[in-house]
Amino acid sequence: MATPFLPLIQGGAPLREDRVRQLMTRENAIRWAPLLVLIGLIILFTAINPAFLSQRNFARIAIAASPALMVAIGVTFIIVMGSIDLSMEGTVGLTAVLFCFVFLATGGTLAAGAWVAIPVILLVGALIGLVNGLVHVKLRIPSFMASLAIGFVGTGAAVLITGGDIVKIDDDTFRALLTWRIAGFPLMVYVVAAMTVLAWFIQSHTTLGRNFYAVGGGEELAHASGLNVRRVRIMGFVLAGVFYAVAGILQVAKLGQAESVSGANFMFISITSVVVGGVALWGGIGGIWNTVVGVLIVNVINNGMVVIGLPNYLQDGMLGLLVIVAVVLSTDRRSISFVK
Amino acid sequence: MYQLKAVDKKFPGVHALKAVDFQIKRGEIVGLVGENGAGKSTLMKVIYGAYQPDGGTVTIDGKAVRFQNPRQAMEKGIGMVFQEQSLIPNLTVMENIFLGYERQFVRLGVINWKAMSEAAKKQLAKVKLDIDPATVTSALSFAQRQLVELAKVLTLEERVDGDLVILLDEPTSVLAEDEVKMLFTIVRDLTKRASFIFVSHRMDEVMELSDRIYVMKDGAVVDVVARGAATAEQIQQKMVGRSVDQEYYREQRQKPYDAAKVLLEMDSVSLPGRIKDISLKLHAGEVLCLVGTEGAGREAILRTTYGMRTPVSGKLKIKGNAVSGFNPQAAVAAGVGYVPRERKIEGIVAGMNVYENMTLSQMGRYSRAGVLNVAAEKALARDWIGKLSIKAHSEYADCGNLSGGNQQKVVLSKWRSGGSDIMLLDHPTRGLDIGAKEDVYEMIRDMSDDGVGVILVADTLEEAIGLSHTIIVLKDGAIQQRFECRPGAKPTLYDLLHYMI
Repeated sequence: MATPFLPLIQGGAPLREDRVRQLMTRENAIRWAPLLVLIGLIILFTAINPAFLSQRNFARIAIAASPALMVAIGVTFIIVMGSIDLSMEGTVGLTAVLFCFVFLATGGTLAAGAWVAIPVILLVGALIGLVNGLVHVKLRIPSFMASLAIGFVGTGAAVLITGGDIVKIDDDTFRALLTWRIAGFPLMVYVVAAMTVLAWFIQSHTTLGRNFYAVGGGEELAHASGLNVRRVRIMGFVLAGVFYAVAGILQVAKLGQAESVSGANFMFISITSVVVGGVALWGGIGGIWNTVVGVLIVNVINNGMVVIGLPNYLQDGMLGLLVIVAVVLSTDRRSISFVK
Repeated sequence: MYQLKAVDKKFPGVHALKAVDFQIKRGEIVGLVGENGAGKSTLMKVIYGAYQPDGGTVTIDGKAVRFQNPRQAMEKGIGMVFQEQSLIPNLTVMENIFLGYERQFVRLGVINWKAMSEAAKKQLAKVKLDIDPATVTSALSFAQRQLVELAKVLTLEERVDGDLVILLDEPTSVLAEDEVKMLFTIVRDLTKRASFIFVSHRMDEVMELSDRIYVMKDGAVVDVVARGAATAEQIQQKMVGRSVDQEYYREQRQKPYDAAKVLLEMDSVSLPGRIKDISLKLHAGEVLCLVGTEGAGREAILRTTYGMRTPVSGKLKIKGNAVSGFNPQAAVAAGVGYVPRERKIEGIVAGMNVYENMTLSQMGRYSRAGVLNVAAEKALARDWIGKLSIKAHSEYADCGNLSGGNQQKVVLSKWRSGGSDIMLLDHPTRGLDIGAKEDVYEMIRDMSDDGVGVILVADTLEEAIGLSHTIIVLKDGAIQQRFECRPGAKPTLYDLLHYMI
């Protein structure tokens, strides 16, 4: 029954085949694989429970993904450099707690001058990143170890400040980040969108962003081209710290409270998202958009399991398995013969 | 003994081997030459079993064979000594030699190190290498590693019944002259045990060692030359299909340099263990060539000039200003450009595109307050792609996918576009085919015309003589002799060698 179509296909063949071949190159397949995985997941969950595909549910995913995306973007800069940053849990916890303290100390409402807490906390985030970077670069400690240690110091500091208590914020103007909705999505989603565009701008239109790729793609070469590689590394950690601080603030906005463990789970979620999105752990490959897709994949899996009614006790295990499947489908592993 | 008949190999879009006939007799050394992309490496891969031919037959002693993988080829006596050294640096010599074949020394799951050591000693004796088999490989020199690699392949002798064919892929590229001589002596000696296929870019070496030379061009064998039946020029002509004449090094374009304008001055610079009391001057428009064996201090001079090493004593002046803080940033700012030998590691960032690579050393000029002017970067890249006829589909092409010659052009335009007028070139033509080499020579002459001073470490002595205004011969880190090289009155190879060794 396919015969009627034959002349048509043959007639258009040369041109169309070329076009198809152009679109079907390996590079293209790799570039779009994470997005296809995301779309596939959405179709899968929708097929199981059509309620998944609703604006309300998407808003829920967006809210859950917002702080995680900020953390993941922060660590993306570091991973593009070929390093790793594991300080996110401590940094988010400490900045969230400090934010509440400064917020309450400066009036307890945005209207009364507590807005000061926002720039102060961003600065704190930058400072933590700076310490991280200095320890890594100046003391020549691998970023993996330096940042892991600094993260623990952050968590410890948060426990010390709070004494293990929960700090609450009930300012309506601040909570508007969660409660005020435009087109169904709360304000914080738009803040995150704006920060993502900013991150993209840094990545592709600033010398700093270019330098991250140069260091990740060939550190020796960057050095031999006269780049100050040590400075680039430190700046990377500072930038990541700022994004972690944004996540800390959003975490407070989302929950209305902060405690020393406010940053829990961000390490797994953020690094997983970055890898699932197709950013190479050895540096130089991938970027912000990969991370955005990666965060969405992980959050869609998380949300989808709830929506299709998977029992609670199975969800963590399923998440782990699905993440492995997502990595298999969405990353380019052909060129690597051995994985360490 | 070993024979290929009408072997064909196709890849998508490329006909890599076209009906290649090839044979090697017992105890013979066969050379294999051709430009990059002529099909040498594909042919090698077919021979040692990494690729399966699409057509034609492979026979050993008249019997047809077909290898699915290199291991099967090894079982038939075909071994490969890799160009990129394939020894694992943190293992000992004997572990490397018997890697994958430890079973013969295992009793009840435990390795008998003593037996392995004895066996390894026997292999090392074949290549006349007197080292302790328990030495960690990374402690060996490159030449020693090359011999260990050869010894590893020679273990086939005990494992295989038939004759051995051993492929040597660019075995001399990291060796100094005397080491090459030693290797050749050993290989000749080993023809009692095996036949060799020798691949090298260095025509003189191929001609010296080989009994017959297969010349490849565009995937086909264009000629088989017996020893002494053709000159190097004739063979080169067959490889490229055109003549490589006296104009190869563009000597007719060599003009006197500007002796009044000193760009760089070294005054008794020393770096213990590397260079001592180096004094030299580089003038505008001059090509200054550093000649010496590996480790004679050529690279140390370049790296000191570029600020990657800080001398212990002595002065370095760039354009009249004494250099105090030695670091690459300061050197770049003073107009120094460095084209390192390891193009893949220090030359271009694979994964970044052409314009990103070109502006890497000069991003400050293409940005304001840290924000890049990408449009200006692209315009720059398009300009230089045109100027140097770089073969890239556009300024967006990934530099990692360009050929060696085009990568080198990107590196050179990176520095030239940034206005660098002191260029340090370390083996700029290494691994390039003849056409690409000529492009590089042309660019060096262009730079001289623009008043750029070039310090060059050449790939061969001929290249050094052909290109330079001045040659400085180094030995053990000290200057031995300085030669003026006016066209028509250039020193000979012998003049230089005399001071090198």
